[in-house]
Amino acid sequence: MNESTNRTAGLRRLTRNPMFWGVIAIAVLLLLNLIKDPGYLAISVNPANGHLVGNLIDILRASAPVLMISLGMALVIATGGIDLSVGSIMAVAGATSMVFLKDAGSDPGSAFAALGLSLGLAAVLGFVNGALVAFVGLQPFISTLVMMLAGRGLAKVITGGQNTNAENGTFRWIANGYAIGIPVVFVLAILVVILVGFVVRRSALGLMVEAIGINPKASRMAGVKPRGILLAVYTLSGLLAGVAGTFAVSTVMTVDVSRTGYQLELDAILAVVIGGTALTGGKFSINGAVVGALLIATLNKTVLFLGISSSATPAFKAIVIVVLCLAQSERVRAWFVRRKQRSAESGPLPQTALLKLDRDRQEAGA
Amino acid sequence: MTENATPSVEMRGITVEFPGVKALDGVGLRLFPGEVHALMGENGAGKSTLIKALTGVYRTTAGSISVEGEERSFHGTADAQAAGIATVYQEVNLVTNLSIGENVMLGHERRGVFGVNWRATHRAASEALARLGLGHLDTHKQLSSLSIAVQQLVAICRAMVINARVLILDEPTSSLDTNEVAGLFEVMRKLRDDGVAILFVSHFLDQIYEISDRMTILRNGEFVGEHPTADLDRHELIAKMIGKDLNALKELGGNRRAESRNRAVEQPLIEATGIGRRGSLAPTDVQVYRGEVLGIAGLLGSGRTELARLLSGADRVETGEVAMHGEKVDLKSPAAGLANRIAYSTENRRDEGIVGDLTVRENMILGLQAQRGWARPISKKEQNEIVERYITALGVRPADPDRLIKNLSGGNQQKVLLGRWLATQPELLILDEPTRGIDVGAKAEIQEAVAELAESGKSVIFISSELEEVVRLSERIVVLKDHQKIAEIENGPDVSAQTIVDVIAAEDQS
Amino acid sequence: MSGTMNAQATRPAGLTGLAKTAASFRRAATTNLAILPTIASVVIFVAMVVFGEVAYGRIVQVSTVSNLLINNAHLIVLAVGLTFVILTGGIDLSVGAIVAISSLSGVKLAQAGWPPALAILAMIGIGALFGLVSGILIQHFKVQPFIATLATMFLGRGLASLLSTQPERLSDESGVLWLATKWKVIDGPKVNDFIVTPGLLLAVVIVLLALFVLHRTRTGRTVYAIGGSESSAALMGLPVGRTKLLVYVISGTLAGVASVIYTARLGTAQNITGIGWELDAIAATVIGGTLLTGGFGYVLGSVVGALVLGLMTVLITRDGGIPPEMTTIITGGILLVFVLLQRVVTRARH
Repeated sequence: MNESTNRTAGLRRLTRNPMFWGVIAIAVLLLLNLIKDPGYLAISVNPANGHLVGNLIDILRASAPVLMISLGMALVIATGGIDLSVGSIMAVAGATSMVFLKDAGSDPGSAFAALGLSLGLAAVLGFVNGALVAFVGLQPFISTLVMMLAGRGLAKVITGGQNTNAENGTFRWIANGYAIGIPVVFVLAILVVILVGFVVRRSALGLMVEAIGINPKASRMAGVKPRGILLAVYTLSGLLAGVAGTFAVSTVMTVDVSRTGYQLELDAILAVVIGGTALTGGKFSINGAVVGALLIATLNKTVLFLGISSSATPAFKAIVIVVLCLAQSERVRAWFVRRKQRSAESGPLPQTALLKLDRDRQEAGA
Repeated sequence: MTENATPSVEMRGITVEFPGVKALDGVGLRLFPGEVHALMGENGAGKSTLIKALTGVYRTTAGSISVEGEERSFHGTADAQAAGIATVYQEVNLVTNLSIGENVMLGHERRGVFGVNWRATHRAASEALARLGLGHLDTHKQLSSLSIAVQQLVAICRAMVINARVLILDEPTSSLDTNEVAGLFEVMRKLRDDGVAILFVSHFLDQIYEISDRMTILRNGEFVGEHPTADLDRHELIAKMIGKDLNALKELGGNRRAESRNRAVEQPLIEATGIGRRGSLAPTDVQVYRGEVLGIAGLLGSGRTELARLLSGADRVETGEVAMHGEKVDLKSPAAGLANRIAYSTENRRDEGIVGDLTVRENMILGLQAQRGWARPISKKEQNEIVERYITALGVRPADPDRLIKNLSGGNQQKVLLGRWLATQPELLILDEPTRGIDVGAKAEIQEAVAELAESGKSVIFISSELEEVVRLSERIVVLKDHQKIAEIENGPDVSAQTIVDVIAAEDQS
Repeated sequence: MSGTMNAQATRPAGLTGLAKTAASFRRAATTNLAILPTIASVVIFVAMVVFGEVAYGRIVQVSTVSNLLINNAHLIVLAVGLTFVILTGGIDLSVGAIVAISSLSGVKLAQAGWPPALAILAMIGIGALFGLVSGILIQHFKVQPFIATLATMFLGRGLASLLSTQPERLSDESGVLWLATKWKVIDGPKVNDFIVTPGLLLAVVIVLLALFVLHRTRTGRTVYAIGGSESSAALMGLPVGRTKLLVYVISGTLAGVASVIYTARLGTAQNITGIGWELDAIAATVIGGTLLTGGFGYVLGSVVGALVLGLMTVLITRDGGIPPEMTTIITGGILLVFVLLQRVVTRARH
């Protein structure tokens, strides 16, 4: 008797984990592809160079940029803010490296210099966002909205309005090379995720970010100083967007000032929210963001593979965001709580939710 | 006004319930036309709940409301307003970005063929203001150009514009000085003489005795009594409000005796001189010595929390300065307070205390971690030590450090917070209402912890609205009244809750 | 003052008309400090005109004014809609996307044979619908305005991309184009004529309507009240919920109207139309003196703000030295400067 209740309890906990649904969704998409082509999941080894080849490998490679910006977005959203500029910062980073490499040599030294320059600029832009939010007290959406549009303008200024391309073997290797058979770009992305995850969870940064997002007043009373944390988080988001931009342009060694990173903030927000971080801030999940990013990459590839017009995906993603907003809204959550109350399930009532419902009712009806 | 007249408002057997909490239980209220009726009670008594039940903001689970003899129920403030019941809140719920005249007439502007007729609207506003003695105001000026006191009068004027027959004033005098209070009372008397029924919620005893004709007393959501003001003396009133029999108050003493200290020689741990903040606390001197428990007593709104906030850095002082170990310190934030080894446990657990979605462990180490900075995380080993120590010492139940704090009972949440502050190794611990809303068992545990703290050499400031608690635990007691310190009492065998009540009840000499 | 520029001076009787207006202006300026930023925007506009005339010449002439008005009529309408929203303390990030989906739908419908009047109504209706969705998310489901309108923005762009990624043309005989017919009002020497179009007149009508609603109706005053303090407005018995929903519907509808005016002028529609227009509209509103935190601001200020932005583009083009890519950076920079100024001023006031 005990074993089966333990199992059902464990199952219930599993289904409540948003990551679970993300993984299910990925499986469903892969299944759709499998239906169209039974050999979809096949992975083979290219005898010439030992590289792994297959659709799954392509998905992994394509997921690298989204992984990066989702990581940064998760932290920013956790503090109760948002970063709408990640797509534009990607473009700026890409533009910087391409313009630099166009005139520089094709040696590895130039590649590293280009990297340093573009990542540095991206971090600076992130820092500006952070300073506006933390020190000036601007609302995050307006400061990153301005950065989003000004950033794209900056990218155009850097390239003089042209789509710039460049030649550099080392730089190209970032997105096109392979390490132990797997695309380097994915390996790098995972390494970055692990590194950031390590820093965030091993240090107290993650705890402070969550505390600020959940209850800024209580955090202040506990002695948490929000400014440094906000600065760090937005700078990191900018830096990660720079990495994403590097991945993106390195693939084709071209920066498209209008299209690079365009609307990718949508993907990042979606990945973070699917992964279980609430848009209102608070607890965040890096693993969830990773699953969300992989889901987005799979979705993009699936749409292409099934022959559906790719212009449909932004609309679909927007609808999903609206649905998730609703699901996370207090009103809907309270409705679920009331349903549970009526069916008199076990467990104490979540007092906070119901008290909030009453407060909402007062505010609405007063 | 005779008792045979029909009450303007009669509430009978009102019960208001929230999940797990009965905010009002069978409360009654009778308001007659042409009277000023005071609604009295300490924090949590249910005064604002009763008002919200009347205006329909809260739903009642039992009881009835009748207005001028007819049974009514309202769906919100607008509904109640339409029936002639207007409320003016402490925060003066007007919109300061609009003009005075517009605030008076908002929602009832004079309209013509071409929309709102501003000339007529402002004229109507001026006339209404004149009826309250405010005819000299330029109604085109922005409301924010007026002081809070005058804004309050404008809010009352608005209530009259909509022909309110019942005017509810919720803590109207909290931010007013003596002259402004006199002005308000003049207006109230005028309205009373016009036949308006005024419900006056306040905790300022002197004002209650000055202006009100009758009063209703609530305690812990229950009806205690309704009395003509002249029939109830101050001691009886206070006793009823805190729920203790007048004679029993004398018994509620502790056996604490102020430690013999040579105050002339020993330097206080913390010394505040003339600290104050406009609207919250008049310039006050306070000293706390090492290993001492200093109690702060006073009725609701006397300035206890304000004093605590100033001493901890939660609010910045506008006047005066604070010195620790003889050296001046600038307490510009709670973080600065903690850096000076001052920890502050707020009275508002939910909004300013717990970080709900974090675990017990995370809540407990948050203060210490904030001190160390995010780059120097507390090791798992040290975390476990801290968590185990305080869960055991304070008796946190369930003893599970990985449970989300929001799922703990109020008492256990308070214990976790106490653990948080103790983990920062403070020299001074300020506890604001640490036992409020907590079951008896947990209360005793916390009180014991406070006593042990003092014995181990820490200083504690203990703020509570329960006088017996303060008397039982403190060595010295500072008594606040109306944002001022009025007395400092050294505890001893002859000091009891009665002593404090006497001090507060003593009429103003000014 | 409640913000009407043409105030009635009630005290000093017997003054001449000009003195009366001057007196009421002075009273408005001192009794209601909120009007100062709007006056500042007018000053900025005049300064830019003077600078342009001195630096580049041929600014102060009717054809320039005429072109400025016609080319920015759509932005004026957008800014008016956004003023309603920002006055309540909210924001609408979806207006640019609404223009895209609305104009594409309208052109496609016209291409499919719909009569021009119906196509125009459809365009406006689509805007209203998007505004309604945003409003419901915000008012009923308590989603934060920037998130809700961000979502509708992505939705609008997505749907527009679904419809078409190529420029879609209106046929040359399309009735919709009538809105762009040029009417010569002043026939000046050579090409220096003052021209108006029905689209511009429509924009003027919208501005006048907005003025009336905001300053002469209870709904308009409720908008200001919500911006001042939503909780107070509710306690004062005002219909807060209904009004909050309404402002987003207004913003969406006016975005639809803006798309009509713009499409008539260009004759084409594309899914990338309107990118960045939300920033322009917000900038116009902020430059015109409306506080982002709500409660203060005037529609006429937003109009001036839109013209300031338009004039800035003209001057940049005339200069030739600044690359056109810089315009978004400059607009963003100006917006930031104004928002910072707002914060400084409001903090000083307290």
